[in-house]
Amino acid sequence: MLSSAQLQEFANNYGIPLWGMDVSVALALGLLVFALCGIGVIVLVYMERKVAADFQLRYGPLHVGWHGSLQLIADMLKLLTKEDIFPKNADPWTFRLAPLVVFLAAFVGLLVMPVGPGLVVQDMNVGLIYVLAIPSIAVAGLIMSGFGSYNKYAMLGSLRSAAQMVSYEIPRALSVIGVVMIAGSAKLSSIVGAQGIWFIILQPLGFMVFLVSTLAEVNRTPFDLPETEAELVAGYSMEYGGMRFAFFLFGEYIALIAASALTVVLFLGGWHGPGPGFLAPVWFLIKMFAIIYLAMWIRWTLPRFRIDQVMDLGWKVLLPLSLLNILITGIVMLIL
Amino acid sequence: MSKLEEVKTIEASLDNLDVEFGANGEAGASEGDIRSEELAINFGPQHPSAHGVFRAIFHVDGEVITRIEPKIGYLHRCFEKIAENRTYTQFIPYTDRMDYVSSMLNNWAYVLTVEKLAGIEVPERAEYIRVIVGELQRIASHLVFLTTAGVETGATTPYMYYFDEREQILNLYERVCGARLTYNYMRIGGVSADLPEGWLEETKVFLKRLEKTMNETDRLLLGNYIFKKRMTGMVRFEAEDALKWGITGPSLRAAGVPYDVRKVDPYSVYPRFDFDVCVRHNCDNYDRAAIRSDEVRQSMRIIEQAIEQIPDGPVKAEGIPKAFKPEAGEAYGHVEASRGDLGFYIVSDGTTKPYRVKIQGPSFGNLQALPAMAEGSYFGDVILAFGTLDTVFGEVDR
Repeated sequence: MLSSAQLQEFANNYGIPLWGMDVSVALALGLLVFALCGIGVIVLVYMERKVAADFQLRYGPLHVGWHGSLQLIADMLKLLTKEDIFPKNADPWTFRLAPLVVFLAAFVGLLVMPVGPGLVVQDMNVGLIYVLAIPSIAVAGLIMSGFGSYNKYAMLGSLRSAAQMVSYEIPRALSVIGVVMIAGSAKLSSIVGAQGIWFIILQPLGFMVFLVSTLAEVNRTPFDLPETEAELVAGYSMEYGGMRFAFFLFGEYIALIAASALTVVLFLGGWHGPGPGFLAPVWFLIKMFAIIYLAMWIRWTLPRFRIDQVMDLGWKVLLPLSLLNILITGIVMLIL
Repeated sequence: MSKLEEVKTIEASLDNLDVEFGANGEAGASEGDIRSEELAINFGPQHPSAHGVFRAIFHVDGEVITRIEPKIGYLHRCFEKIAENRTYTQFIPYTDRMDYVSSMLNNWAYVLTVEKLAGIEVPERAEYIRVIVGELQRIASHLVFLTTAGVETGATTPYMYYFDEREQILNLYERVCGARLTYNYMRIGGVSADLPEGWLEETKVFLKRLEKTMNETDRLLLGNYIFKKRMTGMVRFEAEDALKWGITGPSLRAAGVPYDVRKVDPYSVYPRFDFDVCVRHNCDNYDRAAIRSDEVRQSMRIIEQAIEQIPDGPVKAEGIPKAFKPEAGEAYGHVEASRGDLGFYIVSDGTTKPYRVKIQGPSFGNLQALPAMAEGSYFGDVILAFGTLDTVFGEVDR
């Protein structure tokens, strides 16, 4: 990457103001991450279909491209050509904005992920707090879609997801406090740097709580209640079709990527791994896909909970456990 | 305003508060006064868990069901009336289309009643064939039930495992009668054709395979912690209520009533087989689901014994004319179908066509209990309870 001195020189040579340089560099990096996200989604959708097929004695997509690898492209083309259906009585702006809010909320979480040493768009001092707080805006998007659609099923689905995501936010945030205590920083790259021993070994309880609440946070089975098709048909995305629906789908998968990346950063040693330094991003991706595979494994094996059981688990089990984790970490740190 | 008046005014306003907040003066003491608004949700006829074309208005208070108004009739095809305009044999294919998940047993219930009406003696080999294909049908139907119970709780993978086994049964059926869903295999006085060569051995091999899959997949679905937590103790329906509402079949046996037509009013060659009537006692969603798995194992026992005992001989009674005319009279016959007690009441006026055919389908009886079952339960549990009643709308509406 270019150093800031080189950039300054470049700007002076061409008479571009400094802020313009900042903006364009940020835009370029954003677009890069965006493109990577797109590739990530394509890989993930294909992986999900193949993994599901493998679990279910099926082949999965097979015809479009090599072993059906271009199936998602075909699906996207189909979704692009769909009529943009706008339900009667729906609230125009809320309805139209909701998929974008969900999508962007998932996307911005990736901007602070350190994929390798120095390979990060913006390494903030409060990266951890940012990455826990900002993606939660997705709740607003879900509620918007529920309210905007003028549909009872969508409404129930969005209220459920709001309740669920807000309740799991708390144990999720508390479970990483142990990590911050050991690493002594909320900067994601410093947290990775502090992992001579992976934090999954130092923080097993924290890892468990984090993993379970992450599954709930990204609405994956056994916590995919907002989309219980047996009751709510399609939940909050009920009235959406075409590209708007695709944005919900993208948002869901990008949220899964971001959540898995965060799990790797916090507990699985980030980019650390044997071999030369340039393999760091590869190690990161391998670990990330292992977590994603775990999420898919869980999804295609387990049934789902009922809404009140999900709430019970969040408030009565995970919350006390995450507090206990902080206590234990504190006591151990005091003794050592 | 004097002091006294002031006190009285305050007291009066407090009294009003009592009225608003219920007799005890606590907020929420009386549910009639403080409540969230009831929401009426239209469920179906196009809904993923409508099991066909069921429509209902669900009145929910939050997530709790207060009332259900079922609306049926979307699949009504006037079978009882059609029967009056078809000969006795011509009506057999129509019975296939009632409970299309277990056509073979519908065939059986109908031909059994006609045979009773005309006093026809069925050859022994035909009876054994009927038992074997009938019990295979029960297994196939229960497998479909288990898949849907899984899908409704979000477990989509056991679906494929159970369906793979059902596929084997359909392959066996295809060899017997050429069809995979609507068989039209039974005839008045027997069955349409003898079993193909080697079929019984194939069935034996299939049963071995099925046992392995059942053991494995039941652990995945019925033994799953989340599945148990979802189903156990939810939407209980006691034996007394179940009898009152006319529930039959596995759903009744899950409430602890050992009512099975094969034992209570034995037909065909069932008395020759050693099998148990499966009973469970919790009368909840879980028992209604798990009892089907128990019954699959009993059916396997029956088929194994039938394959051992099956004699050689003709598969259709002699001397039944094409223009079959039973004596004027009436008969009622019933069998234990996959969903319960399936009865046919046929009145003959001595012509080639029945004067009246009345069908009593178990799905209809089971479905009518749903509103009573559902009251006060969670929306999600009621959907599951509806699933555990295992209604097929071809049979509800006929």
